[in-house]
Amino acid sequence: MSAEGQRAAGQAAAGQGGPAAAAPVVEAQGVDLTFMTADGPVQALKAVDLTIRKGEFVSFIGPSGCGKTTFLRCVAALERPTGGTLTVNGMSPDAARRARAYGYVFQAAGLYPWRTIAGNVRLPLEIMGYPRAEQAARVARVLELVELAGFERKFPWQLSGGMQQRASIARALAFDADILLMDEPFGALDEIVRDRLNEELLRLWARTGKTTLFVTHSIPEAVYLSTRIVVMSPRPGRITDVIDSPLPRDRPLEIRDSRAFIEIAHRVREGLRAGHGDAV
Amino acid sequence: MRAALPVLAVLAAVVVLWYLGAVWLNAQWTIDQAARAGRTVTFWEIVADAMGQRRPLLPPPHQVGAALWEGIAGQPVTSKRSLVYHAVVTVEATFAGFLLGTAIGILLAVGIVYSRVLDLTVMPWAIISQTIPIVALAPMIVVVSNRIGIGDWLGVENRLVSKTIIAAYLSFFPVLVSMVKGLRSPDAMQVDLLATYNATGWQGFWKLRLPASAPYFFASLKVAVAAALVGAIVGELPTGAVDGLGARMLVASQFGQPLLMWAALFAAAAVAGVLILAVAAVERVAGRRMGVRP
Repeated sequence: MSAEGQRAAGQAAAGQGGPAAAAPVVEAQGVDLTFMTADGPVQALKAVDLTIRKGEFVSFIGPSGCGKTTFLRCVAALERPTGGTLTVNGMSPDAARRARAYGYVFQAAGLYPWRTIAGNVRLPLEIMGYPRAEQAARVARVLELVELAGFERKFPWQLSGGMQQRASIARALAFDADILLMDEPFGALDEIVRDRLNEELLRLWARTGKTTLFVTHSIPEAVYLSTRIVVMSPRPGRITDVIDSPLPRDRPLEIRDSRAFIEIAHRVREGLRAGHGDAV
Repeated sequence: MRAALPVLAVLAAVVVLWYLGAVWLNAQWTIDQAARAGRTVTFWEIVADAMGQRRPLLPPPHQVGAALWEGIAGQPVTSKRSLVYHAVVTVEATFAGFLLGTAIGILLAVGIVYSRVLDLTVMPWAIISQTIPIVALAPMIVVVSNRIGIGDWLGVENRLVSKTIIAAYLSFFPVLVSMVKGLRSPDAMQVDLLATYNATGWQGFWKLRLPASAPYFFASLKVAVAAALVGAIVGELPTGAVDGLGARMLVASQFGQPLLMWAALFAAAAVAGVLILAVAAVERVAGRRMGVRP
């Protein structure tokens, strides 16, 4: 299939959900994943049921080994579930990947050191075969969006860690996928930078309306960002609680001192503790 | 200036040691001559004589320098006695062998990285190939390539072809080893990133693996160009070659002309230095374009 054709397919797939805001984007039913390791089978995911609807911001939180990253990788078709059904935009994760349905932001910025910032953001556009003029326009637009305008010609090592991660977010936004998958994108950054990027990410989400799946192990980050919080526990990785956030969509940083915020954070912490308790 | 000081100090020490060595090694000849004539010589006569023998065991630096100057500037460059002429002949074969060897190294590395069969079959042979002494192999390469007559077919001298093959034989290996490592250097995350774009294998090669291997590639080029020069010179030794620095060294040693031999040796060293500097310059330009931290 030509790049042009694939893009068209992607747009058709995005349209499949229809104009209804509540169309399911990710549907998981009884998803299991068992890794075969040298020490025997390891169950990374067990009976995960979850429906994520268009425009939601869903955080996955849990201790390491709870399968939150593995679930995200399943959605991205980087891992294949060994049981259950998982659909993305109504198709298999593989088909969704081929339709370029999502942008993925990794734990580390992972910019190619031999490309400038603009060159890194352009990478997916080159691979997907966008015309040159459109590439330039899109790069300029998304760099503006993540407040990196003016840094086009810098190389990654010339930017701070926070700026590099913003560039990698711009790279994931460049080709207009309507799902954003983020795997602990701010995990390696200090608290102050993380707060700023969290604010920016919320603004970005409000402006673009992308369905966002966000893996984190920070409770305040999960509560501050999400419309829904999925609490997971390890051995085997499974969902122990799903919390709908009553917080308004417009969230200043001060909201973290409000009673509602503290109550959700408390419930998340309880969920994590319970999950840990019955695993031991 | 600060960087030049230690270099100059080492150079000065080498020159001093060299002069001492020249006196020590050349003394015996002076003493023997004197004994034959029934004379005795003083220490200072030995030193003076060691500085200007016609066939010294170890010529002192100024004699080598003079022979080098004579070989470079004292003749028209087309003369068979000109070191420039011989250097050009050797560099031709070095270049041809370097390019051929680099190309073979890259192609084999790509094959090894992308094919498990090649990974298992080619690498052991490549390693074995480098354990065979090249001086043992060179005459056979010369004879076989002359018999096949590739040169007639390409419209160049057969001698150039055999030297090129030997130079390529030595220079492909460092490129192969480094490129295999370089092409495999991208981490899992960088590979996953391309998978999320549903990139083809071809795109993965051009946009990720090949640029990622660049630092490894340039490091290996410096080794490869020096190896190619050694190959070209070795290729000139057994062939009855009449041109080239290797032939010059062989002829000088066979006809008892140590000064000419040392001059050719230093000319070869100078050529190696220039070639490595040239590769380093290309590396710097490429590095600047690929955002290497200065």
